[in-house]
Amino acid sequence: MLEWIRQLGRSGISQFETLGRANLFLLKTLVGLPGLLRRPGLLVTQLWSVGVLSLLIIVVSGLFVGMVLGLQGYNTLVDFGAEESLGVAVALSIVRELGPVVTALLFAGRAGSALAAEIGLMKATEQLSGMEMMAVDPIHRVIAPRFLAGFISMPLLAAIFSAVGIYGGYFVGVGLLGVDDGAYWSQMQDKVDLFDDVLNGVIKSLVFGWVVTWIAVFEGYDAVPTSEGVSRATTRTVVYAALAVLGLDFVLTALMFGD
Amino acid sequence: MKSNKTTELMVGMFIAAGAAALFVLAMRVSNLSSFSTGDTYHLTARFENVGGLKVRSAVTVGGVNVGRVTGIDYDSERFQAVVSLEVENRYNRFPEDTAAAIYTAGLLGEQYVALEPGGSEEVLKDGSQIELTQSALVLEKLVSKFLFEKAAEGEKK
Amino acid sequence: MDAAQPQNDSDTLVRIRDLHFSHGARVIFDGVDLDIARGKVTAIMGPSGTGKTTLLRLIGGQIDPDRGSVQVDGEEVPALSRTGLYGLRKRMGMLFQSGALLTDLTVFDNVAFPLREHTDLPESMIRDLVLMKLQAVGLRGARDLMPSELSGGMARRIALARAIALDPMMIMYDEPFTGQDPISMGALVQLIRLLNDALELTSIIVSHDVNETASISDYVYVISQGKVVGHGSPEVLENTDSEWVRQFMQGLPDGPVPFHYPARDYAEDLLDHAV
Repeated sequence: MLEWIRQLGRSGISQFETLGRANLFLLKTLVGLPGLLRRPGLLVTQLWSVGVLSLLIIVVSGLFVGMVLGLQGYNTLVDFGAEESLGVAVALSIVRELGPVVTALLFAGRAGSALAAEIGLMKATEQLSGMEMMAVDPIHRVIAPRFLAGFISMPLLAAIFSAVGIYGGYFVGVGLLGVDDGAYWSQMQDKVDLFDDVLNGVIKSLVFGWVVTWIAVFEGYDAVPTSEGVSRATTRTVVYAALAVLGLDFVLTALMFGD
Repeated sequence: MKSNKTTELMVGMFIAAGAAALFVLAMRVSNLSSFSTGDTYHLTARFENVGGLKVRSAVTVGGVNVGRVTGIDYDSERFQAVVSLEVENRYNRFPEDTAAAIYTAGLLGEQYVALEPGGSEEVLKDGSQIELTQSALVLEKLVSKFLFEKAAEGEKK
Repeated sequence: MDAAQPQNDSDTLVRIRDLHFSHGARVIFDGVDLDIARGKVTAIMGPSGTGKTTLLRLIGGQIDPDRGSVQVDGEEVPALSRTGLYGLRKRMGMLFQSGALLTDLTVFDNVAFPLREHTDLPESMIRDLVLMKLQAVGLRGARDLMPSELSGGMARRIALARAIALDPMMIMYDEPFTGQDPISMGALVQLIRLLNDALELTSIIVSHDVNETASISDYVYVISQGKVVGHGSPEVLENTDSEWVRQFMQGLPDGPVPFHYPARDYAEDLLDHAV
């Protein structure tokens, strides 16, 4: 019994240590960011690998989410005779919530796990150590461009998801189910506020981008340098990032859309 | 360090696509297009009951959106709700006896302020108060009024 | 057992005194004294797991000792600031066991990496330097290959070319001969000695491949259980008084380090049917 409590204490202390390490790591990364201005090539390469390569899954998911929303939204609204408001339902759901959150979850799974694995592998094959011995700070050269790329990519991907989703809803609602074209857009434009909805969605995706990328690069950097260690780091990335996104989403939603 | 031309091109297109998506969201999806340019003047109106009226609710005349509700306060001395409105400058010729009523859009819709122009020579200026107001209809009062009338009718028989 | 040791301070590039280092509960170094002479090839040998790699990391400043002094070229390594440490590292080359080439860059870019990071030389000059370094290790023709396309031996030679890119004053080799076929081994052995003499380097080889290492070393330290158990030139060590060192140097299967793991009497064990 006592041993169990001690175990709990030990694990708690180690969690705090990890948290501390993660924060110091973040600070070092941020310090390394200005150096990227001199070497934009590094950032561009990472934007490609983190952002562009995520486009396919984001666009396809956005399309399907929007289409399903169109379908389900129609089914529910038609009972109230309010199917003309489909545009509003689809747009608000996507712009406020589904856009930032689903994009962040997909990003964590696709780009986050890739980042963690790549960095963990570099650690396991002593590439990071090698850089250190060559007097090149691996945090500045390897981590910082990836972090910035994730932070920049996330809101762009979320915006693309949202736009594609709304058109997906349009395709199903107006194209297939007969909702009035004008009503779809005009009611939407009436109800969706640039600042309260669109901007808040962008802010959410910026926060998610920061957190998901931070978790991914840290787990990779902190991984045990064996193949098992890297695999565990990748899993942890996806799980922690997903939980963080959902938890933060609740907090942000309460702050932004509550009273 | 080995970003070749194709990579750069794709990244550029990615960022352009993201920016375009944001643009679409701003222009086509949100209410940006009906944003007033900020040239508005201020009016107030007092109501017994504002019902479900909210800040940023629409102010319309003849169904056309001419402004927004910018504030809802309560005057505890005269027991009235004070609603602040901002109306676009180009609609500056409302007669002084214009009435303001709170209606509901559709069956479940949100509430808005509808202005009905009067006939006076004088016009409402910045800071004026609309005197004639009609409060929002409260469902419970309607129902109890209906029941009361029904009961009264029954008694008379 | 003591042979001619580098006595003069200016002859000593790396000076380690009373080094103590523990990793958790394990004591890795328990009072170690070492002198690495300038311009010479010094080997640090010992059984697996004695912390030989740790020693290189202590010299390179990647970790700090618990106690004791580590001096490189007169500077106290643990006391260096970040800038000072990075400045020192530019003058050190390190060859990792796996080569540690950056997998997303070509061979050429890998060797050019330290030049591009730390100098402002124009690309044309960098190209010439890289080709010269690659030529020195015999792999100029491999310059456009990716690390994944290289054999282990080739990867190590490329890593060596990269380690000498900035013309360092010393190179540290971490188990360079492990797992090599005889030809690659021979090439690498010769290369290490050649480069050391041609470029006036100081080389530190950490290894447990006794024969290869001893064949090119000027001086050898044997470390076991956290202490130096023998040191001297290779000839001196072969004829040392210490039985342990002799067992190690000659690769004898049995001696102070026994062949048999401690167990019961053999006859008893076999005849004991009850267990």
